[in-house]
Amino acid sequence: MVLAGATFAGEIPRAERRSGYDFMSRETRAMQDDDTANPGMLAVLEGGTLWARKTGAAGRACADCHGDASAGMKGVAARYPAFDAALKRPVNLEQRINLCRVDRQRAPPLAYESRELLALTAYVARQSRGLPIDVAVDARTQPFLDNGRAAFYRRQGQLNLACSQCHDDNWGRRLAGNAIPQAHPTGYPVYRLEWQSLGSLQRRLRNCLVGIRAEGYEYGAPELVELELFLMWRARGMTMETPGVRP
Amino acid sequence: MANALVNVPARARRGEIIEIKTLISHPMETGYRRTQLGGRIPRDIIRQFVCTYNGTEVFRAELHPAIAANPFFVFSTVATESGTLTFQWTGDNGFSAAETTTISVD
Repeated sequence: MVLAGATFAGEIPRAERRSGYDFMSRETRAMQDDDTANPGMLAVLEGGTLWARKTGAAGRACADCHGDASAGMKGVAARYPAFDAALKRPVNLEQRINLCRVDRQRAPPLAYESRELLALTAYVARQSRGLPIDVAVDARTQPFLDNGRAAFYRRQGQLNLACSQCHDDNWGRRLAGNAIPQAHPTGYPVYRLEWQSLGSLQRRLRNCLVGIRAEGYEYGAPELVELELFLMWRARGMTMETPGVRP
Repeated sequence: MANALVNVPARARRGEIIEIKTLISHPMETGYRRTQLGGRIPRDIIRQFVCTYNGTEVFRAELHPAIAANPFFVFSTVATESGTLTFQWTGDNGFSAAETTTISVD
């Protein structure tokens, strides 16, 4: 078992870690940097409206408990996935929002990748922009982190590829004309130009699994959350960019 | 829900060329795509964008199916006088959205 903070064999050293942003064209970087050109900001705008809207049987809005998101939600997304004591496993930001909806607002959970859930997630994550990724690793989360790491280094699918073979060993090289990034989830949910829409980290992971012809997981599956946890830990200290733009 | 982001400088000198940026939330469904069962997904695009400056049209664009989702326009005009700029997007299925901003010119 590898202890938190130790460098794992084959891991990209801190000084060489680079966000997907650094692999993008000048034009795409400009699109992300300008809040009036970044299409992800449309979702943030919508998320702000949803944040203040009363909903569910409890008739409460997110803002009724959490207040001003720019203060209360600052740095929160940088700490997710986080351990949930009741469920005894880590939950990602989308799941946390849905837990809040069900338990506190007594409203039906929002579907994964639905416009509303992406908008709320983007709005909350936007409050962490510029802050370093800092997921908590302790005795409770360690087993889940180890599962995520094992998944990252496990060869799978008909192409028999592990995540690490592209993103640790061959980052910066090209795959079908596109730069292979280091797979640091710094800007999620991201506006992906290929998708023409905002998408979650799990959508991206499922995409990659299709790419290596592996059997995918359902949205919200524990395996995907564990992989998210590992990826966030692997990107610890890197700056949050939400809403990111990716090609 | 149509969300739009409009960026116009709040102040400008008379005669100055100002840059205007607009971004609107819209799927821009081409009408050429099909569902997994082969049914056509009907076209749903913005057809026209118009910007008027104190009632005078300063920019107009016709949009077509090849334009990406969430159309983004950057254009420029000359700051002639203080007043309002209105932005109007219209499209398929009765889509209509409008935004207004003010500019003060000295």
